[in-house]
Amino acid sequence: MKYLKLKATTFLIAATLASPLAAQEAGGRLDIVVQPEPPGLMLGLVQNGPTQLVAGDIYESLLRYDGDLTPMPGLAKSWEISDDGLTYTFKLNEGVTWHDGEPFSADDVVFSADVFLRETHARLRASLAYVESITAPDPLTVVFKLKEPFGPFINAFENGTMPIVPKHIYEGTDFANNPANATPIGTGPFKFDEWVKGSHIHLVKNEDYYVDGLPYLDEVFYRVIPDAAARAVAFETGEVDVLPGGSVENWDIPRLAEMDGVCVTEKGWEFLAPLAWMWMNNREGPTANVKFRQAVMYAMDRKFMRDVVWNGFGTVATGPIASSTNFYSDDVTIYDHNPDKAKELLAEMGYDGEPVRILPLPYGETWQRWAEAVRQNLSEVGINAEIDSSDVAGWNEKTSQWDYDLAFTYLYQYGDPALGVSRNYTADRIKKGSPWNNVEGYNNPELDKKWAAAATMVKPMERADAYAEIQKEIVDDVPVAWMQELTFPTIYRCNVNDLVTTAIGINDGPRNAWIEK
Amino acid sequence: MWKRFRSNMGAMVGVALLIAVIVVAVIAPMLFPQGPWQMVQRPFLAPFAVDGLPLGTDTLGRNVAAQLAYGAQVSLLVGLVSTLVALLIGVPLGALAGFYGGYVDEGAMRFTEFFQTIPNFALAIVLVAIFEPTLTSITVAIAIVSWPPVARLVRAEVMSVRTREFVDAARLAGLSKQRILIRQVLPNTVSPIIVMASLMVATAILLESSLSFLGLGDPNAMSWGYMIGAARTVIRTSWWLSFFPGIAIVITVLALNLIGEGLNDAFNPHLSRKGKA
Repeated sequence: MKYLKLKATTFLIAATLASPLAAQEAGGRLDIVVQPEPPGLMLGLVQNGPTQLVAGDIYESLLRYDGDLTPMPGLAKSWEISDDGLTYTFKLNEGVTWHDGEPFSADDVVFSADVFLRETHARLRASLAYVESITAPDPLTVVFKLKEPFGPFINAFENGTMPIVPKHIYEGTDFANNPANATPIGTGPFKFDEWVKGSHIHLVKNEDYYVDGLPYLDEVFYRVIPDAAARAVAFETGEVDVLPGGSVENWDIPRLAEMDGVCVTEKGWEFLAPLAWMWMNNREGPTANVKFRQAVMYAMDRKFMRDVVWNGFGTVATGPIASSTNFYSDDVTIYDHNPDKAKELLAEMGYDGEPVRILPLPYGETWQRWAEAVRQNLSEVGINAEIDSSDVAGWNEKTSQWDYDLAFTYLYQYGDPALGVSRNYTADRIKKGSPWNNVEGYNNPELDKKWAAAATMVKPMERADAYAEIQKEIVDDVPVAWMQELTFPTIYRCNVNDLVTTAIGINDGPRNAWIEK
Repeated sequence: MWKRFRSNMGAMVGVALLIAVIVVAVIAPMLFPQGPWQMVQRPFLAPFAVDGLPLGTDTLGRNVAAQLAYGAQVSLLVGLVSTLVALLIGVPLGALAGFYGGYVDEGAMRFTEFFQTIPNFALAIVLVAIFEPTLTSITVAIAIVSWPPVARLVRAEVMSVRTREFVDAARLAGLSKQRILIRQVLPNTVSPIIVMASLMVATAILLESSLSFLGLGDPNAMSWGYMIGAARTVIRTSWWLSFFPGIAIVITVLALNLIGEGLNDAFNPHLSRKGKA
């Protein structure tokens, strides 16, 4: 009996060890472009793209998510949701330490979620409104109790959403001005080493990482190169190994992809699922008329725009929810390129040629070309459109003060309609002064009720039905002109393996990545 | 004078080139009735790759030849109008300063220096950024940065002319000061102003192109600078997108410079002969 057990254990160990050792090779260094230079690396305070890219290796959350948004173990090795959807119990990994050597425990999780992030993280705060209590019955267990069921809560344990920060450093301090923010301490696979402003950020392997064998890489350099053309050159000359999405112009991607030993992937954006659309001002002007808004949809050749402006990267959007986000439904009216139908709708509403302004996103060439393509399509069906120009500050000002007719934007969905979609369509999110809420001014009390109900249903099947119904209705109203699910392809050398394996891509990619020599 | 101008080879080449550009600008709507923005073919077609698209297509599949033709309209329009506006500001100010002298001169020149101390292009960028880029704001911005040299030139000319004997004669004949300035002095300063204006048109076209190149052009007007700016990111794969508008700018600016030089020689035969000796 004893012998048998021993043998079984040995077999198990051999199995777990064999797979990493046989294939993966340890060692090496990875150079990744970061653009623009992050404003800071303390992930609990700053959550913009570049910060998440770098700090995603330093900090961790309880869970990670694969490409289908299925939760995977992170700091938590297992978790349970009670049948009533009110209690979330997490069992934490043993032997986890902070980068400064202090032991990590459930108290850190409670402090992070209940104290630190409640103060600093607006997006998480909205989800925490559903939480009644966060407790640590023992050092390896954390329990979240909710006031009412909140389906998307399981998606809140992502690194950029709920990064776990060290209680022993931050408790009782002024979080934003703590000097420790300059030398971030996390539990992640890589430790912060140095940051040479304007040049690079250097991370080194966390030798004490709690997953055996991980990480494989010895060090990671995040390189700051301000010019897009120079970034492309740096990749060509082998100076950097990875170009994260958006770091070179779309037109450069095919050229770089054709190089020997270069791979391109569109994966790694499933959690954020950036969806681009044009706000259409529902309050005044021609865009207040639903027929006009439908005409805009039919007038646009969105497939052409995807193929030409975005070089074939991305997917034409069908409605408010991106196809990789949970509860997406394609059972909606599909707006194909149909100029005749657009003209018909314009004639029905009696469009008198009143000019409409298109406000592009001031994010560079691609967005400008996109607006030009839209203007051309609209003018072909007789809509008098012109492009309004603006810088980033001006774009923020015009959209948040509702001074626009059509305005490009894109927003992240965070895996669930209740987290990243309904905020743009419900009446309680109509508030002047922010460009991220219901900027178009869409007001449909019937749908508002359905959005609210769908967020708090317990069973995923019920939620799926509810959201399918919502999508069917809202797509006919066209409150905004849905353009495209954006993907920002990651370009990397093919000898870098397992770089993009999760729904947040290279934000936590170096954890599993290894270099084939 | 016209004879002297005509005998200047360079100047005549300039005139021919400029006329060609003007003709293209005028007949652009006839050649390309669908406008410069229409997406006509696959993007990134090289010149002559497809019949009817001698200069290829751009990043969105728009006809580069059509863009060039419509770009000529914008460049010439901005160049001419902004120069006119600059003259309207600079000539009266310079004339008053030079003719009346004293406090008027002091005031006008300090005001002019105020503009001269700020780098032209930087000021133009700031103005366009503040007013939001439209053809009008760009034209006005270019005019605002180009008038100070006009004012200084006119002032110097007026100062030298007003001490001539015929001005004294006019004064003795009882003409009012205004009348003397307008009827006697100013007409004698016209030739350097014309020379300068022709060169200013060239500078204005360059300024407009630079602004558009930086993305500060009117987003609803096709211009050469915009074409180069948009093509900058693909210069390694699609050279023709920046090459042709670049050539267009060179030709137009060169033509205007040749004309300006020719005019200068024609108006100042003495100087030009000395130069050649």
